[in-house]
Amino acid sequence: MPHLLFDRIDEPGLNTIPVYERRGGYSALRSALAMPPEAIIEEIKQSAIRGRGGAGFQMGQKASFLPKGEMAKYLVCNADESEPGTFKDRELMQKCPHALIEGIIITTYATGIHRAFIYIRGEYQLQADILDQAVAEARAAGLLGENILGSGHSLELVVHRGAGAYICGEETGLLDSLEGKRGNPRLKPPFPAIEGLYAGPTLVNNVETLSTVPTIINMGGAEYAKIGTQGSTGTKLISVSGDVQRPGNYEIELGTPSREIIYGLCGGPRDGRSVKMWFPGGSSSPVLLESDLDLAYDFDTLAKAGSMLGSGAIIVVDDSHSALEVMQKVVKFYAHESCGKCVPCREGTNWTLKMIERIEAGEATPMDLDILASAQSQIIGHCLCVLGDAMAMPVGSIVEKFRDELAEEIEAARERANSLTYATA
Amino acid sequence: MSAIDRRPPVPRYAHGSRVPGWDEAVDLEKAPATVPDPALTPVPQQLREAIEAEMAKYPDRRSASIPALHIAQRHHGWCSPEAITQVACVMRLTPAYLTSVASFYDMFYLQPKAAHEVYVCTNITCSLLGADELYERMCQAAEGHDITVRGFECLGACDIAPMASVDGEYVGPLNLDDPALIVEDVEAGRPVLEHKQLRRRAVADAKGRVENFDGLAPVGQEGN
Ligand SMILES: Cc1cc2nc3c(=O)[nH]c(=O)nc-3n(C[C@H](O)[C@H](O)[C@H](O)COP(=O)(O)O)c2cc1C
Ligand code: FES
Repeated sequence: MPHLLFDRIDEPGLNTIPVYERRGGYSALRSALAMPPEAIIEEIKQSAIRGRGGAGFQMGQKASFLPKGEMAKYLVCNADESEPGTFKDRELMQKCPHALIEGIIITTYATGIHRAFIYIRGEYQLQADILDQAVAEARAAGLLGENILGSGHSLELVVHRGAGAYICGEETGLLDSLEGKRGNPRLKPPFPAIEGLYAGPTLVNNVETLSTVPTIINMGGAEYAKIGTQGSTGTKLISVSGDVQRPGNYEIELGTPSREIIYGLCGGPRDGRSVKMWFPGGSSSPVLLESDLDLAYDFDTLAKAGSMLGSGAIIVVDDSHSALEVMQKVVKFYAHESCGKCVPCREGTNWTLKMIERIEAGEATPMDLDILASAQSQIIGHCLCVLGDAMAMPVGSIVEKFRDELAEEIEAARERANSLTYATA
Repeated sequence: MSAIDRRPPVPRYAHGSRVPGWDEAVDLEKAPATVPDPALTPVPQQLREAIEAEMAKYPDRRSASIPALHIAQRHHGWCSPEAITQVACVMRLTPAYLTSVASFYDMFYLQPKAAHEVYVCTNITCSLLGADELYERMCQAAEGHDITVRGFECLGACDIAPMASVDGEYVGPLNLDDPALIVEDVEAGRPVLEHKQLRRRAVADAKGRVENFDGLAPVGQEGN
């Protein structure tokens, strides 16, 4: 399998133009600027690349929703990367920022956009500094600004640092945040492609998606589509973490068996432990079990198995941890990050957290598991954005798959609490 | 055993989401602050220029709110009322607007903070690998020093879990002895835990690596 994004990415100096160009960088841009814009969109469509940020929407299709012609249109690169377990964009931006910049220039040329922003999470200070330098270097080399390489295309690119809020990864929350407001998601439709930043048509794409564009232009869309599976083309960067021996970022061909990733690449859980559950696509994805390890790692297979590929972040939990512990950590996060704009999410995440705390405090009964599960189905599909769903899906799946264990935990906690009460009486 | 050993009941009403201050009383008698008058609001020249440079980058000046608050926080140490008023004056916005923005984001402080800050990630991967204990240890180690310690959500470095961000520098995987070393390094003004800095780590994927890379091996691959 070819390595398209990670190939020798550790090479010192790859974050500067001379090394990047020696390795063939910016050649895709030169070819692209000689093509008519529609032909580039056509290549991206043929590649069938699906968004790498979480939702998995086809990039070519999304780009073609943008209205044609001269108007104030924007491209926003989503570098907020705050889905727990995800850290692939970090490695790309830190080590190969010019692939992202090249992808952005090509995409804006194809869509007739003249202003682009990279919204990077505020905590990524090193990566933002590297991007700032790379943008300055690209501008000095005539790759940004007016009349890029004599093509007539012009582009202003700004690196915008956030300030710590998961919800700013959601595309409309991100747009509000970029407009200088609290990062509350917007009601959709209208979708950003019609009405986004400053009410102009806006294309929002993830770092990895945009960084792949130069490769697609170099290979040709049809050739790219031969990698991976029919519904999930190409290679994917995955972030594997948790109870594995070799955590980190890996580039895999979509459709690789999950076992090969977790055991082959990452060495599986430590000494004698076994996989209890794993999140295939960040902490928002419904959990899978050891018996699901033979599933192919691609968008469609994971969706069919009741979960999702999401951002490509695999979190492995071994049998030394309790399901309750995992569930509580996940819920705490979403309750903290809920923006508070819509009721099912704001109340749902906080009530779910309280119900779980009641289990720990010995105040719950096994019946509460039914209430917990039904609360999740009240949240799913009823929120402004999918942050609420992102908590409800994993929680629902943990309650379903670890019901007996949770019921035992509830009984044990009750007994603990009762014995304390008797002891004091 | 005393009654105190029993955990307190889970409160019925509480709020965790991004609306801090929702249950704080406001002073209804006070006149709302308007856009500050430049003649009456001294703004340090350096601060003004930095904020104006940010405003110039965007089609709408308000987009510079977050960058401007970052600048003001760096200058004043926190988003104090004075800092907010100065930003409001340069950006021609109301202090209330900027306060509403600042209170939404975890990295802005509406209360004074120490000169240094440590975010200890306590999210899922880090906590599976012992972050909660690490956080306690970090708090103990920082006691009496000019360091603010906070438990933080996933910082996007779960490959080096459990980890922390020390004044923006990512370090990990940390063990329980590291908090004391972090405090030493911070106090001495040295780079923090150089042998554990994320910026020096190689990528985990074998095909991503090169021979002339002189950094740290990926976690769990020290032998190869
Ligand atoms: C709560 C929430 C958080 C999200 N966080 C991110 C993120 O950190 N990075 C990202 O690229 N996409 C994130 N997304 C997905 C974006 O909304 C959007 O679908 C994506 O950026 C589109 O880019 P793509 O088509 O290239 O994947 C998030 C979505 C939700 C609902
Ligand atoms: S969970 Fe700690 S960095 Fe991701």
